[in-house]
Amino acid sequence: MSYLEYSVKSVPTGFRKVLHLNWPLTLLLASVCGVGFLMLYSVAGGSFTPWAEPQMKRFALGLALMLIVAMIPIWLWRNLSGIGYGVSLLLLIAVALVGDARKGSQRWLDLGFIDLQPSELMKITLVMFLAAYYDWLPANKVSRPFWVLLPVVIIALPTALVLEQPDLGTSILLLAAGAGLMFLAGVHWAYFGVVIASGIGLITAVFQSRGTTWQLLNDYQYRRIDTFLDPSADPLGAGYHITQSKIALGSGGWTGRGYMQGTQSRLNFLPEKHTDFIFTTLAEEFGFIGGISLLGLYALIIVFCVATAVMNKDRFSSLLTLGIALNFFLFFAVNMSMVMGLAPVVGVPLPLVSYGGSAMLVLLLAFGLVQSAHIHRPR
Amino acid sequence: MRRNRAENDASHIKLTRRAALLGGAQLLFMGGLAARMRYLQVDQADQFRLLAEENRINIRLIPPARGEIFDRNGMRLAENVPSYRIVMVREDAGDVDAVMARLAQVITIDDETMARAIAEIKRSAPFLPVTIIDDVTWDDVSRVSVNAPALPGVTPEVGLTRVYPRGSDFAHVVGRVGRVSQADLDALENPDQLLRIPQFQIGKINVEAREESLLRGSAGTKQVEVNAAGRVMRELARREGQSGADVQLTVDAKLQGYVQARLTDESAAVVMIDCESGDLVSISSAPSYDPNLFIGGISSKDYDPLLQSKYRPLVNKTVQGAYPPGSTFKMLTAMAALEEGIMGPDDTVYCPGHLEVADRKFHCWKRAGHGWVDLENSLKQSCDVYYYDLALKVGIEKISAMANRFGLGIRHDLALSSVNSGLTPTKEWKRKARGEDWVIGDTVNASIGQGFMLASPLQLAVMTARIATGREVTPRLIKSVDGVEQTSGADGSLGMNENNLRKMRRAMYEVVNDRRGTGYRSRIVADDLRMAGKTGTSQVRNITTAERARGVTSNADLPWERRDHALFVCYAPYDKPRYAMAVLVEHGGGGSTAAAPIARDVMLQALYGGEPPLDAYPKGDQARIKNQQERLRDIQPQAAIKGKDQA
Repeated sequence: MSYLEYSVKSVPTGFRKVLHLNWPLTLLLASVCGVGFLMLYSVAGGSFTPWAEPQMKRFALGLALMLIVAMIPIWLWRNLSGIGYGVSLLLLIAVALVGDARKGSQRWLDLGFIDLQPSELMKITLVMFLAAYYDWLPANKVSRPFWVLLPVVIIALPTALVLEQPDLGTSILLLAAGAGLMFLAGVHWAYFGVVIASGIGLITAVFQSRGTTWQLLNDYQYRRIDTFLDPSADPLGAGYHITQSKIALGSGGWTGRGYMQGTQSRLNFLPEKHTDFIFTTLAEEFGFIGGISLLGLYALIIVFCVATAVMNKDRFSSLLTLGIALNFFLFFAVNMSMVMGLAPVVGVPLPLVSYGGSAMLVLLLAFGLVQSAHIHRPR
Repeated sequence: MRRNRAENDASHIKLTRRAALLGGAQLLFMGGLAARMRYLQVDQADQFRLLAEENRINIRLIPPARGEIFDRNGMRLAENVPSYRIVMVREDAGDVDAVMARLAQVITIDDETMARAIAEIKRSAPFLPVTIIDDVTWDDVSRVSVNAPALPGVTPEVGLTRVYPRGSDFAHVVGRVGRVSQADLDALENPDQLLRIPQFQIGKINVEAREESLLRGSAGTKQVEVNAAGRVMRELARREGQSGADVQLTVDAKLQGYVQARLTDESAAVVMIDCESGDLVSISSAPSYDPNLFIGGISSKDYDPLLQSKYRPLVNKTVQGAYPPGSTFKMLTAMAALEEGIMGPDDTVYCPGHLEVADRKFHCWKRAGHGWVDLENSLKQSCDVYYYDLALKVGIEKISAMANRFGLGIRHDLALSSVNSGLTPTKEWKRKARGEDWVIGDTVNASIGQGFMLASPLQLAVMTARIATGREVTPRLIKSVDGVEQTSGADGSLGMNENNLRKMRRAMYEVVNDRRGTGYRSRIVADDLRMAGKTGTSQVRNITTAERARGVTSNADLPWERRDHALFVCYAPYDKPRYAMAVLVEHGGGGSTAAAPIARDVMLQALYGGEPPLDAYPKGDQARIKNQQERLRDIQPQAAIKGKDQA
C-alpha cells in the first residue's frame, strides 16, 4: 500500500505527532548514547573534556534533528530521496577532489560550521533512494535483469568512490546495506546465489594462483592480505592492537574491573580507545555483564525497527526502516567482530557510542526517518 | 500509479518474510558475538587478566650501595662517592636547542658532547631523562641549580661511583670494580637481576671480586605502573634493599703506603704477617697501577703500557708469582732432618766446596768450601753442601712434607685473585706431571730451594712466622665484616721439637747479627728489636708452576730477565716475634744486597708504627738512611691520592 491510498486524515498532525513517536525506540537510542558518554568520560581519565562534553552537545543537536525529521511526513522524504542520493554522490566526488586528508585518507569536507563526512550521509541516502526505487517499481519487475542492474549501479557508484578514499569499512557497509535492501525488496534468490558463488570463486582463484605461474596478484599484495586476515602474524603492527584489545576484553571477566579502573585503556595500551575500540573499554570496566547489556540494547533497537517495519503497510517506510536497521546492525556487528578479533581491523566505529560527530548526527537523522515512517504510517 | 490490493499484499508478505529472515540472521550473528564475548571474558578471563597485569606492572630494581672497604685502622680503601651528571627531559625542556645553548653558557660542554646529547635527546622518548654530561663537578651542579629557572627540564642527578682513595697502593689487595661484562654474566648460572642494570659495577679482581657477595648487598624493588609508552605513572609498592656489608682488612694502609713507596722502581713483592694473629699487615706488589683508571673503562693509552711493561704491574707478585725460594728454603731442609733425628743441630758436615752425587758435581756457592759446619754456621754463611748432605740422608718426601707443614705447596685461602699454591715436589708428582723418574739430583736441587721447588712470597712469609712461633700461623686478610670480627685460621702448635726450633731461630739470628752472616749489613741495632732472617738468591728466572709442569723452558732474551731473584725472609723482634716478612726482588741480584735492606726498612717502619729513629740503624748506614727517609717522605703522599683519611 502506498501513502497515496490511505486517508491522510487519520495521520496525526501538529504536536500530536510527538505523542505518536516511537518512544521505546527513542529511549533505547538515548540509553546507548548515554553509555557512550559514560565511556568517553572514563577514557578521558574521568573528565568531560576532550570527548564526553562535545559528544553530549552533538547528541542534543542530533536529538533535535531527529525530532524535526520525524515531524516531516514520510512521503516528503520519499520524494526527496532521489535528490538526497544525488547530493551525497556529488559531495563524495567533491571530497575526492578537494577533501581534507586525515590519517591518510580523504573523507572529510569542511563546510565551515561542520566537518562533514559525505560517506556517512551516503549510508542513509542510498538506503532511502533504493527504498524509493523499489516502492516505485512494480513487484513483477523486481527480478528482471534490467531492473536488477539499475540498483546495482546505484550501489556501485558510491561504493567505488568511498573505496577510493580509501575507506574499506564504509564501502563494505554500503555494499552490504544495498545488497540487503535488494534482498528485502524481493530480488530473486538466484541473483544473490550467482554473486556469492562467483565471489567465492574469485577469492579461491586468487588464493589458488598464489605461487603458480598464473598468479593473479603481486607478492606484496598477498602479504598485505595475509596481515589483514591474520593480524597476529604481525604482532607489533596491526596485531598489536588486536592483542591488546583482546587482553582488555578478557581481563574484564564477569563483572569488569570497575568504572574507570580499566588499566588497558587508562594506560594507553588500547589504540583508538575513544573511537573504534571504545567497546573494549566498556568490556574491560564493566565485564561480560556490561558488554552483553550493550549488545542487548542494540538487539532491542533492531527488533523494534524490524517490528515497526513489518507492521507498516507503506512499502517505502518498511524498506527504509529495515534498511536503516540493517545499516545500524552492520555498524556494530563489524565493530564488535573487529575488537573481539573475529574480523580484520577496518575503521568502523561503534554506533552512537564512539566519539565522532558525523556518524552520530547521521545515525540520529536516520532514526528520525524511522520515526517519521512510524508516525505517518497508514492506519 | 495505482496498484491492486492483491499485488500489494503479496509483496508485503514477501517483504515480511524476507525481513524476518534477515532479522533472524542478524540476531543469530549477535548470538555469535555474545558467545565470543563469553569465551573471552569468562572462559579466558584469568589468562587475559594476567596479561593485563604484565602489561601494566613493571618491576624496577633499586641498586644497593656497595659495601666500603677499610684498613685495620679504619682508613678507607674503597668508598662510594657521589658522582654528578646533568640530565635533560625533553618534554619539560620545550625548545631543546635553546635550553642547550643556555646550558653551555652556564657550564662548559664541548661541542662533540653537546651534539651527541642533542641527538640522543631527540631520539629518546620525551619523558625519559637523557644524560647530557657525566661526571661533572659540584660547582657545575650548583651553577645548574642556581640557573634552574632558565633551564627547564635540566636537572643534576647524583649517583654513586667507586673510588679508591689510596690509588695504586691497594690495586693488588682491594682490587677494583668494573661494569658487568657479558663474560661475567655467562660465568654465573643464575645471575642476579641487579647485574642487568646498566652501569652496574661488580668486583673484578681481588677482595672486590672475592667478597662480591658481601659487598654487593641485595637489590630493593619497586613496582611501578607504566603506560603503553613505558612512562611511569605511579609507584605501587616499594621494598628497600640491603646495602652491602663493610669489609675491614687486616692491612695497615699507612705501612702499605710506605712499602709501595719504598719499592718504587723495583719489580718486587713484600708480604708482612703478624706472628700473633696471622694478620697480613702489608701485601705489596710493585710496580702497581691505579685502579681508579679502570672504573669507567680504561683507555688503551693507559692500558697498553701496563700490559707491555716487563715489570708486569698487573700481576700480583705476592700470591700469584711462584719463585724458587732459594736459600730461604734451607730452614725446612734442616727441619726435616732434625725432626727425623737424622742429625742434631750441633752435628757437623764437611764442606769442600762441592758434593759429588751420581757422577755429578754439585757446587757450593763458595768454591773454596766452608770446612766443618754445623746448623748455625751453615745457615749463617748459607753453605750449600751441608744441606745437600742432609737432603740425601732424609729424602725428598720428608722434605716436601715438612715444607707443607710450614705452609709451602699449600694454597692459602685469601680473598685475592689467582692465589698460587706453589710447588713442593715429590717422586709421585714428577712421575705424573713430567712422566720421568725422580733422580737424586732433583733432591739435591730441592734442598736449597732450587729445581722444582716453588713458593710465593706469601708462603715464605707464613713459613717464617711458623718458624718464629712454632705455631701453625694462618694468614688472614679479612679482619671484620660489618664490624663482626672474622676468625683467623688454625693456629695450634706445629708439634716441632722446641729445641730444634730454638736452634733454628738462633741460626737465623746469626745470619743477620753475626759479622760473618749473609744479612749482617741489614741488621737492626736497636737492642729490643733485633731481627732474625735468611737471605736467598734463586738462580732460575721466574717460572709459573703450570709452565714448569708443562716443561716449557723457553729462555728470556733480556739481560735483566736472566738475573737472579733476590729474596729475604725475616722476623722481629728476635726474642718476642711480632712480624714475619718475605721480600722478593725480581731479578734483583743477591738477597743480601737487594732484598734484605728493604726488609729492614719495612720491619722498622712496622715496629715503630711510622718512621723509625736513625739510631735503630747501624752507624755506617745512618747518613744514607736519612737521605732515603727524606726522599720517601716526598713520595708517600703522592702514592695516597685523594687522601681522605679516617672513617
